[in-house]
Amino acid sequence: MDLEEAEEFKERCSQCAAVSWGLTDEGKYYCTSCHNVTERSQEVINTDLIPNTQIKALNRGLKKKNNSEKGWDWYVCEGFQNILCQQAEALKNLGIGPELKNDVLHNFWKRYLQKSKQAYCKNPVYTTGRKPTVLEDNLSHSDWASEPELLSDVSCPPFLESGAESQSDIHTRKPFPISKASQSETSVCSGSLDGVEYSQRKEKGIVKMTVPQTLAFCYLSLLWQREAITLSDLLRFVEEDHIPYINAFQHFPEQMKLYGRDRGIFGIESWPDYEDIYKKTIEVGTFLDLPRFPDITEDCYLHPNILCMKYLMEVNLPDEMHNLTCHVVKMTGMGEVDFLTFDPIAKMAKTVKYDVQAVAIIVVVLKLLFLLDDNLEWSLSNLAEKHNEKNKKDKPWFDFRKWYQIMKKAFDEKKQKWEEARAKYLWKSEKPLYYSFVDKPVAYKKREMVVNLQKQFSTLVDSTATAGKKSPSSFQFNWTEEDTDRTCFHGHSLQGVLKEKGQSLLTKNSLYWLSTQKFCRCYCTHVTTYEESNYSLSYQFILNLFSFLLRIKTSLLHEEVSLVEKKLFEKKYSVTKKKSRSKKARRH
Amino acid sequence: MSDFSEELKGPVTDDEVETSVLTGAGMHFPWLQTYVETVAIGGKRKKDFAQTTSACLSFVQEALLKHQWQQAAEYMYSYFQTLEDSDSYKRQAAPEIIWKLGSEILFYHPKSNVETFSTFADRMKNIGVMNYLKISLQHALYLLHHGMLKDAKRNLSEAETWRHGENTSSRGILINLIQAYKGLLQYYTWSKKKMELSKLDKDDYAYNAVAQDVFNHSWKTSANISALIKIPGVWDPFVKSYVEMLEFYGDRDGAQEILYQIVPSHKLMLEFHTLLRKSEKEEHHKLGLEVLFGVLDFAGCTKNITAWKYLAKYLKKTLMGNHLAWVQDEWNSRKNWWPNFHFSYFWAKSDWKEDTALACEKAFVAGLLLGKGCRYFRYILKQDHQILGKKIKRMKRSVKKYSIVNPRLSY
Repeated sequence: MDLEEAEEFKERCSQCAAVSWGLTDEGKYYCTSCHNVTERSQEVINTDLIPNTQIKALNRGLKKKNNSEKGWDWYVCEGFQNILCQQAEALKNLGIGPELKNDVLHNFWKRYLQKSKQAYCKNPVYTTGRKPTVLEDNLSHSDWASEPELLSDVSCPPFLESGAESQSDIHTRKPFPISKASQSETSVCSGSLDGVEYSQRKEKGIVKMTVPQTLAFCYLSLLWQREAITLSDLLRFVEEDHIPYINAFQHFPEQMKLYGRDRGIFGIESWPDYEDIYKKTIEVGTFLDLPRFPDITEDCYLHPNILCMKYLMEVNLPDEMHNLTCHVVKMTGMGEVDFLTFDPIAKMAKTVKYDVQAVAIIVVVLKLLFLLDDNLEWSLSNLAEKHNEKNKKDKPWFDFRKWYQIMKKAFDEKKQKWEEARAKYLWKSEKPLYYSFVDKPVAYKKREMVVNLQKQFSTLVDSTATAGKKSPSSFQFNWTEEDTDRTCFHGHSLQGVLKEKGQSLLTKNSLYWLSTQKFCRCYCTHVTTYEESNYSLSYQFILNLFSFLLRIKTSLLHEEVSLVEKKLFEKKYSVTKKKSRSKKARRH
Repeated sequence: MSDFSEELKGPVTDDEVETSVLTGAGMHFPWLQTYVETVAIGGKRKKDFAQTTSACLSFVQEALLKHQWQQAAEYMYSYFQTLEDSDSYKRQAAPEIIWKLGSEILFYHPKSNVETFSTFADRMKNIGVMNYLKISLQHALYLLHHGMLKDAKRNLSEAETWRHGENTSSRGILINLIQAYKGLLQYYTWSKKKMELSKLDKDDYAYNAVAQDVFNHSWKTSANISALIKIPGVWDPFVKSYVEMLEFYGDRDGAQEILYQIVPSHKLMLEFHTLLRKSEKEEHHKLGLEVLFGVLDFAGCTKNITAWKYLAKYLKKTLMGNHLAWVQDEWNSRKNWWPNFHFSYFWAKSDWKEDTALACEKAFVAGLLLGKGCRYFRYILKQDHQILGKKIKRMKRSVKKYSIVNPRLSY
């Protein structure tokens, strides 16, 4: 028998009139002075919703019959919380500071719960007769202690490193009733308590949480902290399994069972798509009513000047090109703080595609220097080659043809390896997802079968062939001066393509062609479209190379290039606009 | 014109969409294809799981073609996950694909042996119920290939008594094949024992025991095979063994009966046909027709131009001679499978490409048996040929006149 006091019960004992209660093993109140057992039992059914520090005490008193089949009761948003936790931890292991996990991401998540009315508010959204009363809460002084009862601490280690000051608040909480009847209905169709209901929920104005959206949260946090990880980097880390995403549910606690509708919610079978996550980032940012993010200034990693340098190095282009990219940034105004900083509330077009923009700028610079019309770049290469042969001691002129040959080879190899790795990717987790209890043995049997077959075939495979997991890296290509097999073009000079005119340098190439002549004016999401066959092979190669680097579609990059050009050649575009307008006027 | 081209940029969605461009040859809508594909999957974008597993499959197939067994095994390792595909249609199709590819790899891979193969086969047999028979049969053949007759026979016996799964036509055929091979194996054991017996002396103490053993085996075999040969098909190797056995036991009548019943599918039969044709007796003429049809039942003779020539001529002669009943007799048991076996559109094209004379003869037969509307006949008719053109025209006339499908025939 437990000597802990059950403080919430305030009645006087019928026998000794004292107000001093404890809980029996069956969960009934008994008077600690005269040991009179009442018939009243404590209403808190689920011990799991109370933080670690109290579990020891209550477990002894109130042992809920833990049906190993059913496991714990848990809500879908708890599952997402767990995933976010795992992702934040992974980011920490990549070198991101712990504030991201403890402060930024945590706050964003709490804000989301509040806005979507799942917690931290007067009437949380749970229907089917379950209306827990939760303390109202203010985001301003929220800390781990006043975490709502709905979010079970045990399912996820506390966001804060220290979570111990929670005890004082526990006793002020009111227990809430859970109607048992509704539990049994839903448990047939999903492991979570609200899985079925969650997947059907369609509330206007509320952004529903999904697994891809967890990455949006991660990216928002990274952006807030102005960390040196772009969206494409983040997604690539996900693809390379450095950040939990596919099968993140595998690391849920053992007792958090997933089945039925949970499959559709947590069982992802596609890698995240750049455009999709980008859209979600803006959606979530807007939904959370976030203020203007910290400024992206010139010394930030995400500023195009720095990103351009990074990408130039990665694709083995000369450092001298950096001057030109900086120039383009200046002329287009793409380096301005107001242009770069994310402000969800502002009505302007959101521009947080830093990586795509930086790469687009590089493409524009390549076009400025080499025209990329399948002609000029090769003649310029001839000149460079001749010069380099004669002047072996000087800094070599950058030879586009040589660069193309080396880059194409490296790119083809990398792409081939990437495709092979993708084909071998194992989607199914060790913890099979099943439809219902009836389906469970079949699912487990299948998994066992697959594992056995794999074991058998692994003996046929040469074990040395399977490479170890690569450590995450920001650079996919590495070029060094010392490598004699592959030329490093970083130090090469652009002298061959520039000429002096007075005090300034001009490009030898005086022509330019626009990637897009006309922008789409209808309500579609695209500004322009990319039909490969209309463009030169050099341009196609450049787009393919950079799109692969960022794991985006070539059409997206092409669109960004067009937008950069639009800013750069604004005059040209407004001239053509005027022309067509006058045409229209004439028709009428 | 500029506004028009903008309108042609069809509806744009989140999915991969390319613009349409007015090319010289006509309008080109690449985005339409993606739409058509998404309709089949209910409007949702194809999952990466589906994309990577189909890429994996291509890699396995490529590796097999190039005899890179190690690589194939590597990709196969990842391909096993299709057994857990959430798409139920693909999940059901997976075991067969895995069996075909996996068995191929295990057959050739240097590190594989009979035991590995057998373990794999036993596992794959028991995934679902649809593949048990097929895999058992192939497993048995593999064991035969490696000289393990006892194991093969055991496999076949187990498979023979398999009662699960749907009762489809393919299941029936598989069971027949299994019984046939089992019978053959039994014949082989019998034959070996017969050899043993012949070496023994009649007075030898073991003689009776062996003789009894031999007899038992023969009884089992005959039970198997006699049931089989009643089923239409080409059972030549099995028949030979059966007849030999019957002969050994002095059952000459039985043997003769079989031999008369079954028309062997062999080229020599064409000579036999010529003899029959020249004979005076009408029953020989009827047999001649039977023999021809029998020869062409055999897959090895499908491109035998002599056989077709004979059949074409003979059919015409038979029909001209008012023996429609004979033709109908022969055709009745074949009209279900000969059209696809000999006269499909695919064969029309391929035969014409390879050998126009053969195609002509076949077309004539097709026309007579299936009428002038049949695919084969119509295809050949459409072909233009300098030399055979006239012949084809004559053929058309004959078919019109004599085809058994022709309601004008006065019977």
